[in-house]
Order: sequence, then structure tokens, then C-alpha cells
Amino acid sequence: MAEAELLSITGLRTQFPSDSGPLSVVDGVSLNLARGQTLAVVGESGCGKSMLSLSIMRLVPRPGRIAEGQIRFDGVDLASLSDREMRAIRGNRIGMVFQEPMTSLNPSFTVGDQITEAMRAHDKRASKAALVTRAVAALDRVRIPSAARRLDDYPHQMSGGMRQRVMIAMALSCDPDLLIADEPTTALDVTVQAQILDLIRALQAESGMAVLLVTHDLGVVAEAADMVAVMYAGRVVEQARVSDVFSDPQHPYTLGLLGSIPRLEEDRARLLAIEGAVPPPSLLPQGCRFNPRCVFASDLCRVQQPMLRELGAGHGVACHHAPVENLGVAA
Amino acid sequence: MSALVLEVEGLTKHFTRSSGVFRKTTSVVRAVDGVSFSLRRGETLALVGESGCGKSTTARLALRLIEPTAGAIHFEGSDISDLQGAPMRKLRRRMQIVFQDPFASLNPRMRVGAILEEPLILHGLGDAAARKARVAELLGLVGLSPLHAMRYPHEFSGGQRQRIGIARALAVEPSLVVLDEPVSALDVSIQAQVVNLLKDIQARMGLAYLFIAHDLAVVKHMADHVAVMYLGRMVEIAPKDALFATPRHPYTRLLLSAIPRPDPQRAREAVPVGELPSPLFPPTGCHFHPRCPYASELCRVEAPALVDGVACHHAEELPAFCAEVASPVDPRAAKRIALYAAKRG
Repeated sequence: MAEAELLSITGLRTQFPSDSGPLSVVDGVSLNLARGQTLAVVGESGCGKSMLSLSIMRLVPRPGRIAEGQIRFDGVDLASLSDREMRAIRGNRIGMVFQEPMTSLNPSFTVGDQITEAMRAHDKRASKAALVTRAVAALDRVRIPSAARRLDDYPHQMSGGMRQRVMIAMALSCDPDLLIADEPTTALDVTVQAQILDLIRALQAESGMAVLLVTHDLGVVAEAADMVAVMYAGRVVEQARVSDVFSDPQHPYTLGLLGSIPRLEEDRARLLAIEGAVPPPSLLPQGCRFNPRCVFASDLCRVQQPMLRELGAGHGVACHHAPVENLGVAA
Repeated sequence: MSALVLEVEGLTKHFTRSSGVFRKTTSVVRAVDGVSFSLRRGETLALVGESGCGKSTTARLALRLIEPTAGAIHFEGSDISDLQGAPMRKLRRRMQIVFQDPFASLNPRMRVGAILEEPLILHGLGDAAARKARVAELLGLVGLSPLHAMRYPHEFSGGQRQRIGIARALAVEPSLVVLDEPVSALDVSIQAQVVNLLKDIQARMGLAYLFIAHDLAVVKHMADHVAVMYLGRMVEIAPKDALFATPRHPYTRLLLSAIPRPDPQRAREAVPVGELPSPLFPPTGCHFHPRCPYASELCRVEAPALVDGVACHHAEELPAFCAEVASPVDPRAAKRIALYAAKRG
């Protein structure tokens, strides 16, 4: 099993300096992702999920930095690579798709220019004509109709779904082993979202790439992911197979997230909102970081931070009171 | 009492594009094309559809924020289609709007207190002391503290800013509030807080909501009636439960089947959803026909009228739609969530 892991993160800590000492936005995260699998990272804004994906790409904005931990990608520790070595991997073996397709494309260049530019960065000797052919193939692959003609379009001439497909085409143009998709469908209509998710899945089946999917939409998680990591305030609080998250959720935060999604199949007068908000890294509470918002918090939770414990095969939970049965919550 | 708050009939907006020396009209976008609906006190009508279908334009037309090309708007019993100047401004007090982006819709240089006081000043409501009290009351109403009046918008999170946006809309005691994607920019947990707040306020104040959204699960939770729009036309309008249980228009069915949902075997077939055509060159006949699996020759030439809540030539002949939605949350987990909720009280 272990040799099948494409990405193996251990004890990752990403910090930003502040007047009161370094603040950890990602704090001791360990994750594994095998080839052909999809790992969804979920949590509210500010939980560190985007910082985690930026850390893997080594794109943490300054003055932030990776302070500790390993990011083993296909046997190489990305955290210890030089910038130059990292550039050879980024965009080549690891592709990335961001949330906002409008701001991630340059408005003053055609789509074709931008795709070929990305390809050129990893293949300096290819002829212009060869790159254009490859760009057309890349757009074809993401099912953009009349791809050759769309190469001359500027981003504003395309719809949001089309632009996101262009981003995916760029990310996939070098056949990455790993695709990091940060909220790839959040800004899109449901119909387009369905297309993009189907597309990522089809391409994954075709090439066996692994996908790290950052999202806050649990519907997307349920549909697209194999494994799930729930993050809260920079830490992974629950980690499980996707079926376990929806059948055997353990962490109170996971319960809260599940309860707060409006669902089509049931009518409830009120949604179960989690009161309060994720604390900023400068104001983390003592003990378990979720304790001020947790209905089960005890004295222990207020003083001691729980570690991620394995409850079952591949199911880890960071809660003093896990398994939930201990709380008088029926199984 | 279920008084009509808003009634629009045949609402139409054409945007024209002109070019050349004489600014000759070269193309017309029928952004909204003959839309009719009514909204009662205490009710929520949701407008849904893909981006560019005209749902936001419809809401802005209903508020007379943009001038309709044709159609009638009745607000609280009087025809406001041609109302101008001072009488219109006076009426604006009764109709308010909450925008999608809580970061862009609050002036960053104004304190929250001033933001909430501004509509009161504009409409000449109360003296300084009364306005101050009202601001404190509004902040309490949306779950913030009166102390927050002294702060600036950047000091708040997205969810709190959206609460401020809601408080601003409520300041002048409207009877109609347009909610333009009010929770789309928020996290699920915060989304739930804001949705609950909106429902509480509606129950307390009997507001009518015109709710624009693209998340159908939120719509199901908020709305009493749902209107589905496609390229400027209303294709289906129905009470919420009917629309979700027995959607009659093929486009409504397409929207419902595109919602991501879990499938234990991961066997959900890719939904062939097609592309939204350009509104500049909408398809002939029924706008939806190129994407519709049931389209016939008739659909290509003749636009269907909205009859009995649905605009489809073949509404009566469509096969039964299986709207069964497997829950992503298993019963065991649902039980835990319920206990979690109970524990919270």
C-alpha cells in the first residue's frame, strides 16, 4: 500500500511571522494520496485548506514559509527542493486549478498564447507549430467545441465554464501526476459544475492522475472524492474514506458541517448552523481549537489539544471524546 | 391576510447594441422576455437558472432599478410602471435589496453605524437620537452587537458583513426584499446562519422575499414558490414541493439532475447538459430546444407559451421523472447530527 502513495505529507507546518511570534496557518498536517485517487480537503474559509495546497505547490506567499515537515511527492521531498528544481515540477508533474477562472487568466493575451506559454516553460525546444497543435489537443481533451478557433479568443470572450475548462486544459497540458484543484467549481452554475466534475473524473480514469480537491461543498465531496480530510484552524480533525464521513462521522465539527448543508431530500425548519467562526491563527483558543464552538466541549478540551487517533482502518479523528458513542450520542 | 406585495406582468427588457456613425441598432438582447409572477406578504419566490438567464435583471426591473421595455409592475396594489421622481423615491423605502458580495456592497470608508443610518437619513426617518437607537436595534436584529456600529466593514467576516447588508436593507422597514444570491459567497456553516436569520426575520416581519439563487438545495430550503428562467423567459413556475417532486419542464429536470449527489457505486452517468447559447443569438422557437432531449419540429419553430405553470409543447407527454434523491448522509450519521442539534438546544 505504502509504495502506491504518490503524495505523502508528514507533519507539515506553514507559518507566517507576526509581532507575537510565528503563526501557523497549517499546523502539523499529515496526509497521503495514492495514484488515481481523489482526496478532498474540506473546511470553512480560514481553516488552512488553501494554504495547504499552496504549500504543496511551494507557492506560499511571502513572508510565509514552510517551517517544518515533509511533502514527499513520488519519492522526492518537495519542501527541500530549490526554487529551480521546484519550477521543473510545478505545472509539469503537478498541475493546479484555482477557483476564479477570470482572475487566473491574463485578460490581455489570447487563450492560445497562454496555453502555449505554459507549455513552452517546460519544453523550450518545441516549435511554435507543434505547441499550437498540442494546445488544440489540450482544449479538445476538455471538450471545448471548435478548439482551434477558440485559441484566438481572449478570456473575456468565454463563459465562466469555458474559462475553467481552459484552466484545466492548461493544468493538464503536461500530463501531471497530481492535479490540485482549489474550489474548481465554486463560481460555476450547477450544470457547468456537473460537466467539470465529470470531466475531471474521465481524465483521471484515462491517465491515472491523483487529484487533491479543495472544496467546501459536501455534495461535490460525496460525488467526487475517495478520501476526505476535514480541516479546522490549520489542523486535520477528521480523516476518512468518503463513505465513512457520510455514514460514521465522528468529529463534532464534521457533524456540524454535515448538519449545516441544506439538503434536497429533507425538510427542516432550521439549518444546523455552527455558531461563531473559525478563529484566526493569532487568536487560537487553548486546548482543542474547536472547543469554543463545540457543544460537547469538556474541561479536558479546554486545556489539552487532542491528537489525531486512528479509530478504524483509515479513519482518524482528533477529538478527546471520540468515538462519539462516548458522548451518549447513539451509534 | 395574504396581501399581494408585488405583481409583474409581461415584464420585458431589451438591451440594444448599436454601432456605426448613426448609432443604428445592430443587435438586441432580450434579457427578460415577458415574465409574469406575483408575490405575497410573508412569501418567498425563488428565481433560478444558469448565469445569464435574466434572473437578476428581472429583480432589478421589478424594483424599477432599470427601466423595463414593456410590462406592468404593481407594488402593494398600485401601478408603479411609470412612477417617477419623488413618489418613486418614497416608494423605494418599501423595497430593498441585499447583494451577493458582502465585500463589495459596503463602503469601506464608512463605519457600520453610518452605513445603517444612511437610508434613515435619506428617507428622513427620525431625529439623530431615534436613528441611533434604530441602528442599535437593527444590529441586534441581525445578531450583531450595538458596539459594532463603531467599526469599519473590513473588521468583519463575510458572514457578518452579509448581516450588515441585511440590516441595511431592513433599516427603512421594507415590505419587499430582493435577495440577490445572498449566501452564495459564504461558507456552508455561515450560509446556514444567514439562511436561518433570513427566515426568522421573514417570520417576524412578514416580508416578501424575491430570492435569486443558483443553489437549488438552498432554494428548496428558503422558497415557497420557484420560478425557473432560461434565456430571459420563464419556463416553469410552481410551488416548491411540486417543482422538486414533479418537475415538468425538461430544463428544470436538467437543473435537478446536475446537482452533485453521491452514488455509492460512483455510477452516476455523466449528465449531458449542453452549453448555454449566446443570448445575442438565441435559438428559434423554444430557446431550450437545442439542449432538449424531447425537442420536436414544433419546438424549433414555435415558442411555447407559459400555460398552467410550464412553457413546454410536450409537458404532458414527458416520461415520469425520478426525482428521488439519495441522501449523502446515511441514517446513522443523520441521527448523530440530530443529537448534536438537540444538545445545542
